[in-house]
Amino acid sequence: MAEREKLTIAVLSGDLERALAAFMLATTGASMGMEVSMFFTFWGLNIIKRNEGSIKSKGLMRKMLNLMNRGGSKRLKLSKFNMLGLGTWMMKRLMKDVNMPSIDEFITMAHEMGVKLIACTTTCGVMGIPPVEDTFRSEVTSLSGAAYFLNEARQSKVALFI
Amino acid sequence: MKADQSLDCIGLYCPMPIVKTAQKIKELKQGEVLEVVADDKGIKLDMPAWCQATGHEFLGVEEEDGEIRVYVKKAHEC
Repeated sequence: MAEREKLTIAVLSGDLERALAAFMLATTGASMGMEVSMFFTFWGLNIIKRNEGSIKSKGLMRKMLNLMNRGGSKRLKLSKFNMLGLGTWMMKRLMKDVNMPSIDEFITMAHEMGVKLIACTTTCGVMGIPPVEDTFRSEVTSLSGAAYFLNEARQSKVALFI
Repeated sequence: MKADQSLDCIGLYCPMPIVKTAQKIKELKQGEVLEVVADDKGIKLDMPAWCQATGHEFLGVEEEDGEIRVYVKKAHEC
């Protein structure tokens, strides 16, 4: 086959349904032979934070932010009908009923398919998320800024912002 | 339609049948036919689209009692 087409997805949202859509497109793109990169920024960073342990940040406001906004694939919520977690719980149940992979499983699957997961260093800085290995899951391949994303997007056949 | 291998995707929704097809097709030899059995109607448009993107040959759809069978011929090594 000729040079592989590229798919680049910027994930700004940390909402469960948007994360799901992003990973569905990423894994489908990889299945279609595309070279896929996912660039996580702002609330989207929550998707790729480790589920266990705490996030160690400096300064009172950033410490508070990371306490209240702990993140991790298992803590994502629906943007609507969360209802103190009941709606999200129900949606996860329904997803399981129809054999839909969880976000956790999607991340593993995407990684195994060669999807690149990239964390944005600028938002890490703003939000006091230490851009080090023990903040993010092991599937996260690299850290970068806007220029890397734009350069990938520029060469991509499809670039999405979620 | 006769197939060399079959992939059961009953009860799976998008994107899983496509993800599994992409993995399964690697096990086939060039020219062999893969049958994918599914019950998510989305596959009727998704599989031809996947074939168009990957260069494999879409041979057709058969549908009976809500069970959809799609056939793909492996056109090249992948």
